[in-house]
Amino acid sequence: MSTVAIDLTCVRKSYGDKIVVDGLSFAVASGECFGLLGPNGAGKSTIARMILGMVAPDTGKMTVLGEPVPARARLARARIGVVPQFDNLELEFTVRENLLVFGRYFNMSAREVEAVVPELLEFARLESKADARVAELSGGMKRRLTLARALINDPHLLVMDEPTTGLDPHARHLIWERLRLLLARGKTILLTTHFMEEAERLCDRLCVLEAGRKIAEGEPRALIDEQIGCQVIEIYGGNPHELSSLIRPYARHIEVSGETLFCYAPDPEQVLVQLRGRAGLRLLQRPANLEDVFLRLTGREMER
Amino acid sequence: MREGYAAVMPANAYNWVAVWRRNFLAWRKVALASVLGNLADPMTNLFGLGFGLGIIVGLIDGTSYIAFLAGGMVATSAMTAATFETMYAAFARMRAQRTWEAILCTQLTLGDIVLGELAWAATKAVLAGTAIAVVAATLGYAAWASILYSIPAIAITGFVFASLAMVVVSLAPSYDYFVFYQTLVVTPMVFLCGAVFPVSQMPSAFQRVAGLLPLAHSVDLIRPVMLGLPAGGIGLHIGALCMYAVLPFFLSIALFRRRLMR
Repeated sequence: MSTVAIDLTCVRKSYGDKIVVDGLSFAVASGECFGLLGPNGAGKSTIARMILGMVAPDTGKMTVLGEPVPARARLARARIGVVPQFDNLELEFTVRENLLVFGRYFNMSAREVEAVVPELLEFARLESKADARVAELSGGMKRRLTLARALINDPHLLVMDEPTTGLDPHARHLIWERLRLLLARGKTILLTTHFMEEAERLCDRLCVLEAGRKIAEGEPRALIDEQIGCQVIEIYGGNPHELSSLIRPYARHIEVSGETLFCYAPDPEQVLVQLRGRAGLRLLQRPANLEDVFLRLTGREMER
Repeated sequence: MREGYAAVMPANAYNWVAVWRRNFLAWRKVALASVLGNLADPMTNLFGLGFGLGIIVGLIDGTSYIAFLAGGMVATSAMTAATFETMYAAFARMRAQRTWEAILCTQLTLGDIVLGELAWAATKAVLAGTAIAVVAATLGYAAWASILYSIPAIAITGFVFASLAMVVVSLAPSYDYFVFYQTLVVTPMVFLCGAVFPVSQMPSAFQRVAGLLPLAHSVDLIRPVMLGLPAGGIGLHIGALCMYAVLPFFLSIALFRRRLMR
């Protein structure tokens, strides 16, 4: 097995005048979790679909699990598990039937599927739901079944398009925990997300996208240190412009987003002293995170 | 570009079976309602027209009208079953249910999916057509053995109309467009192709048009078998039906590629 799971070189795709993917290159090593991070419309889903051979790039070269894509995408897909953005389970089938039917798409016999079903159900914590109709499952359970289904062919690579969008925090944490388990087992994961927290918790490396272009790439921690590298004070209330001129001498950088003022301060105490005694302000001091990086790079806000 | 089309064609000779079996499992859960739904319409036509008009019409080519009609109704019900399964059920699996989307994430290709859907629609056509033939045989309008001989012709009829409907599905933006295909193509074909009255009663221009339509070839294959009469031009009929099955099949895959993989 080659050590590079996914390799994109100068990939471009446009629909009419609209450029969706603009000269993108990146490589994902075997066994790593690689995140594509960006706002809605940044081209994340298109890239995921390209990797699966469902969208042909206009120009550029793609290799997935050693196969040229899209020409031989079918052979790559035989060793890929996919968690799509929207659940597409068979609602009228039971949990077990869903796995059986999906296994057949990989030419697995009923016996082969039966052999892996208990393990998959345990992984997805759906042991007690094996014979329940999918329509009766909660959103979190459906998502876990989708994840279990993606593992039926024992894939080397998992492609996940916004795997936790629309889930409540509890269900989301459960999915994250399962994904970490898969990484520990040596699986490679390509993940698209617009959740900063998800990217920060799971990804070894990530690529920040805006309008189909890569605007940063690296390890989450390194990106934060490199782009921000200090504490952040969030200031709510008050006039952002007046406040920013007051604290500017003590800040490395100030960003105004809506009614909130973000102050990147190497020495937060100095800033807090300036603001002491001012009525109506709420202050939050915290370490820098990926959202700060994104704001810094794009000047635009993303969903939390 | 050519490489792009090659990648979406059926990958091998057996991948489609998984799609067929998925549809079979779904059908098994609602089989009774589905069978009744498929049979009610052609039965009504067979008895309503057969007994009602039969009294007025008398003999056609030496057989009773209802026996003449039976072969036409077998072909028609195969056509309708395949057409509707493809237009409504396959369209739903492509769109609302996202079934195709899920399958495209596996090692199956678009061509495998389309082939599986066609085989499934043809299976339903065989069920529907054979059921009418069984009723006709029970009432003594056809020989029991003739059912066995007509099954291949019913199956290929199912493939043809599933394949044609698949092209409509690949182009239709929504369900609303299917009614055009139904009223402008499917229904006129019933009357043009000799299902309910002999083609020879029509003006010669219409007869020539009928000769080009797939249902006419199906009727010309199925009716003589059911009536125990010698059939002519079998090779021509089978050849024409094969073309009507194969060409739209490849066309629909190309159209689906443009629609779904962009």
